[in-house]
Amino acid sequence: MSEIDPTIDLAHLANLARLNFDPNTTESARTDLEKIIAMIDVMQDVDTEGVAPLSHPLDGAQRLRQDLINETEQREKFQHTAPAKAEGYYLVPRVVD
Amino acid sequence: MQAMTTLRAMSRALAARQISCLELTEEHLARLTADDTNSFITVAHASAREHAKQAQQRREQGETQPLIGVPIAHKDIFCTDGLATTCGSRMLENFIAPYDAHVVTLLAQAGMITVGKTNMDEFAMGSSNESSHFGPVSNPWNTDCVPGGSSGGSAAAVAAGLVACATGTDTGGSIRQPAALCGITGLKPTYGRISRYGMIAFASSLDQAGTMTCDADDAALMLSAMAGFDSKDSTSIQRHDAWLSDLAENGIPDLGRTLKIGLPREYYADLKDSTAIEDVQKTLAQQGHKLVDVNLPHTHQAIPVYYVIASAEASTNLSRYDGVRFGHRCDDPQSLDDLYRRSRSEGFGDEVKRRILTGTYTLSVGYFDAYYIKAQQIRRLIANDFSKVFADVDILLTPTSPTPAFRKGQLNNDPVAMYQQDLYTVPTSLAGLPALSMPCGFVDGLPVGAQLIAPAFREDLLLGLAATYQKHSDWHLQRPKGARVGQEWVT
Repeated sequence: MSEIDPTIDLAHLANLARLNFDPNTTESARTDLEKIIAMIDVMQDVDTEGVAPLSHPLDGAQRLRQDLINETEQREKFQHTAPAKAEGYYLVPRVVD
Repeated sequence: MQAMTTLRAMSRALAARQISCLELTEEHLARLTADDTNSFITVAHASAREHAKQAQQRREQGETQPLIGVPIAHKDIFCTDGLATTCGSRMLENFIAPYDAHVVTLLAQAGMITVGKTNMDEFAMGSSNESSHFGPVSNPWNTDCVPGGSSGGSAAAVAAGLVACATGTDTGGSIRQPAALCGITGLKPTYGRISRYGMIAFASSLDQAGTMTCDADDAALMLSAMAGFDSKDSTSIQRHDAWLSDLAENGIPDLGRTLKIGLPREYYADLKDSTAIEDVQKTLAQQGHKLVDVNLPHTHQAIPVYYVIASAEASTNLSRYDGVRFGHRCDDPQSLDDLYRRSRSEGFGDEVKRRILTGTYTLSVGYFDAYYIKAQQIRRLIANDFSKVFADVDILLTPTSPTPAFRKGQLNNDPVAMYQQDLYTVPTSLAGLPALSMPCGFVDGLPVGAQLIAPAFREDLLLGLAATYQKHSDWHLQRPKGARVGQEWVT
């Protein structure tokens, strides 16, 4: 398929996925991904003209619920396993100087 | 120590007061402590004893529900309030969920005692249990071999007689393939039959909880407690199947007729040793069932389609692990971006990173239509294949897995070869259909499984046919080193 670029920009993908690959693992990650892409490329041989995509296996639709309050406040419990917190807030490195 | 028995035998022994809930739990905890298969990540000593005492009170107050006091193991993908839930990952090594998964709640309400959390492939991504951060699980039939995956700890625990039953989850075969490789019965119900609430998400349009037991009757008993509508899962389906409501009381409904069983040619073409599955065909034919060849022409497209869809959903679901709210956080982050990147890179293992990268690739600008939409279109063709054959046959019979258990390390360096393990289980997952794997013999001393596939919401057919087969075979009762599963409690 001409529309598919055969080269994989691993640095770009890693950036999108917020993952780091050090020089020792970059090549093996790229090789594995190339093998996987080659494996999934056989899909291109199937004629899917006019076939509607199937996203829910039983073709079901998302059920909507009424917009009602159904949860109680459990901040302390939910933050119990947070790696860094203070005064009910989650801590992250400084974003704005 | 008591020999291993079915769940039902334990239930009857508790009802007859041959053993108390606490004694049975203590016996299980002792077994788990002595386990040498690495099937468990966490053993729930304190909470199990507490719950066993409560179960004993329920029995003494006259409650008779069959599962009260019966120990169970949960795959470590189900959130358990107050008990570690790792999902087999360094990312969640220290995670204690603030709530129970719906399945855990239902089984606890039914009186079951959670004795531990079972080992699994990291985030359920794998077919050998080797991607677990907590080390590989050994197959009880041959400890040099893998138990299959991703619910490998649950399968090995049941096969080794550590527990009579365990929960599992199946995204592309993660209940059925380890069940086959460990010689037990694994049921993946219809998508939407069991709530996904509190089950750590891998691929949300495929993930489904199910049962791992010795036989179909035990599976039915577990299913009766796990299934049902849950408003907290937006894909949970509201159904009123009379057979399901009657399951706990009346057991598996009698088939009442002989079935027309389809044998999809594509599932048999590449099989190296088909003796065991052919023997199943003979047994079922002798019982009067009619067997016919059928075709599912898009079968060999299922693996690529699955790896596009599952990886895309995984890359999206796993974006929540950011080192902020829960899970692994890197030391001394220099910026928000550094926090995200290092927390994720340190927390996730290689296979998880591969799937995230694959999903990121197929969802990225310029590739979305060629991969993701294309995969969803072929997914419809695969689902249509099943609809067409089910217009003519009641149920399908196939091998569960292309090979018996393989040696640890054998497929580690070739992810694509590992993915082929799911060849016979993935199409059903893409179509959301229920399927069951049952033991049907041995190849080179290792168990192999037969897979039954039914139309949506017809788990009654799967259980009915499996129960019939298991009345005429004893593969499901055989255990490593010549041991057998007892169907009665012996004191």
